[in-house]
Amino acid sequence: MEKNQSRMQLVAMKQSFFDQGLLDEQFIQLEELQDDVNPNFVEEIVILYYGDSLRLISSIEQALKERNLLDFNKLDTLMHQFTGSSSSIGAKKVKAECNLFREYCRAGNIEGCMKSFQQCKKEYASLRKKLEAYFQLARQVGSSEAACRSK
Amino acid sequence: MVHNRSIISHNIDSGCFPSPHLDAFPAGLRVLVVDDDPTWLRILEKMLKKCFYQVTTCCLAIEALKKLREKKDAYDIVISDVNMPDMDGFKLLEHVGLEMDLPVIMMSVDGETSRVMKGVQHGACDYLLKPIRMKELRNIWQHVLRKRIHEAREFETFEGIHLMRNGSNHIDDGNLFAVGGEMNLMKKRKDLDNKHDDKEFGDQTSLKKARVIWSVDLHQKFVKAVNRIGFDKIGPKKILDLMNVPWLTRENVASHLQKYRLYLSRLQKENDQKYSTGGIKYFDLPSKDSGCVSFLDSLNKQQNDGAIDNFRYSDGTLKLHMESTSHEVDLNGIVTRPTIDKIRASVSDIIDPKIRKCSQIGHNQPYESAESEVNHTVFEYSTVSTQCSWNEVPKMLLKEEQNTQKHFQIDQSQSMNSDPSGYTSDYISPVNSMALEVVTFPSQSKSLVANDQSPDIVFTSNLSSKAPGYNLGCISDMEIYQRNLLLDSHAALTPLDEDLHLLLLQGEYYNMNFGMQNIEMSEYSDPWIIAEVPTNLYDSADYS
Repeated sequence: MEKNQSRMQLVAMKQSFFDQGLLDEQFIQLEELQDDVNPNFVEEIVILYYGDSLRLISSIEQALKERNLLDFNKLDTLMHQFTGSSSSIGAKKVKAECNLFREYCRAGNIEGCMKSFQQCKKEYASLRKKLEAYFQLARQVGSSEAACRSK
Repeated sequence: MVHNRSIISHNIDSGCFPSPHLDAFPAGLRVLVVDDDPTWLRILEKMLKKCFYQVTTCCLAIEALKKLREKKDAYDIVISDVNMPDMDGFKLLEHVGLEMDLPVIMMSVDGETSRVMKGVQHGACDYLLKPIRMKELRNIWQHVLRKRIHEAREFETFEGIHLMRNGSNHIDDGNLFAVGGEMNLMKKRKDLDNKHDDKEFGDQTSLKKARVIWSVDLHQKFVKAVNRIGFDKIGPKKILDLMNVPWLTRENVASHLQKYRLYLSRLQKENDQKYSTGGIKYFDLPSKDSGCVSFLDSLNKQQNDGAIDNFRYSDGTLKLHMESTSHEVDLNGIVTRPTIDKIRASVSDIIDPKIRKCSQIGHNQPYESAESEVNHTVFEYSTVSTQCSWNEVPKMLLKEEQNTQKHFQIDQSQSMNSDPSGYTSDYISPVNSMALEVVTFPSQSKSLVANDQSPDIVFTSNLSSKAPGYNLGCISDMEIYQRNLLLDSHAALTPLDEDLHLLLLQGEYYNMNFGMQNIEMSEYSDPWIIAEVPTNLYDSADYS
């Protein structure tokens, strides 16, 4: 009973991610890659993403500290990498904020850059929490197939 | 053709895809993935493994190159991201193309047309956008197969020519079943010179060693090395070291260098002559006059001089006498239209389909022209005027990213100029649209025509002029041919004429308009130009 509830919860949770535009089809792609060889593939990827993107984020933060002497090219390059990375797990909203940031960069808009980066970080952190909860629940539910089947 | 099938099947079955599931091709395809993003690297690895490919991952371009160089035949295809910290993805692409001749797929989250175009120009066989779907990866084997077929076909053509010439197939088995990049090492020579037939075949039959084909890429590397060392300090050993092409020998480089020197010196001579007579304006060179004007002027002069003196053929055929040295046409798949120093055409030999085919050839389908040339009718011209003009294009004018390309253009054009007898003119525009624009030109030259030939004919006769900007040594055969057209407009020639006109027009257009277009034009035709390798560099005597 509890397991069923958990399963339903899991399904609902995932659905909400899509409904809120937090994730896109890439996430589904990852789920399809999950199999017996890699039963926790999606979680592994998400962990990898969050681990690796931290250094990108801190690099951008560092670059933004220059305040009024922003190196827009460098920022754009860093953000380009971050965008690419975020696309790997299908982090839709994060990606959207990244693109906004890049636009501000190209326009040389310092304020815009600062603001959109804050937004970026917010989305990034919020998604992380949600995915952590999701995977925790998925593990509770027990089998990886449950997570895949519930689409 | 039986040969074709056997080559492909042999390639597939034996060396190329050494996996236990031989019949399950494309399973076991050996893929090298290069991406600095560890998340993507992992995802791609998983995706490719799901396709039953053998995957090797790298997060650094340098590392990837190292792996590739260590074992040349260890991989079938490379997938690489465009933006990497240690090396630009396009650079990696170039290296792989130059050294290993493997298909490379580029990836990026950035799908801007200019980027994709850059990828294609650098030789990528595909450009994928991130996020990448698995279905896109499932089909990458087609690029590998396509390349194999391509190579097999050109070998088949070569073989076909041999059969025609020798009446027997004396190609080594070892050569027949080439694997991947080794194709470049095979003997590929297409001898188009009747006069030297016996001698050449004597050479070929007795020659067992593999000859070096100076492909576009190889020559590019050569030139790069030469320029790095500094022309006055070059020596074959130094060049060889810089080129870093393991299978190339010092002798190969030495002979190639010899030719290159000759070509450059000839280029220098041309330069001098050209400058003295007003020259042709190309690119930004301000000191030169408009190329158009000088061509037309020269035509005028020519007309006045009387176009008949060199006329040698009165029988209505276009069998031109070739007195220059032999040359070879390289059938390497990369090469589209090798330059020759003579035209050989007989009315019967000229086939419409072939010409049309030629005119449709893009720089990536050279083997078609090679095939159609099996009946050894050659319409190969290389630009005369463009060469002369390119002489002047100092390296400083070359944009950074175009460097190697332009570089090669210059060298190539220079080598064309160095043809002893060689007249050269571009015979095919790589883009059909170029041909369409030819219309504007003839109308100008029309007014200068003494006799009332069609503008086309007159137009083409420009090429043979003794004008500045042309390789003076080039006059001979082209001129003869054109005199033919001018004077003998009989029906016998007509069908031929049209085709030839088409070619010549396109070539002429290319010549003439080249100077008048801005750089973009030449850049656009770059890939084609790059593909062309001067045949005089392949002369028999020089191979070791």
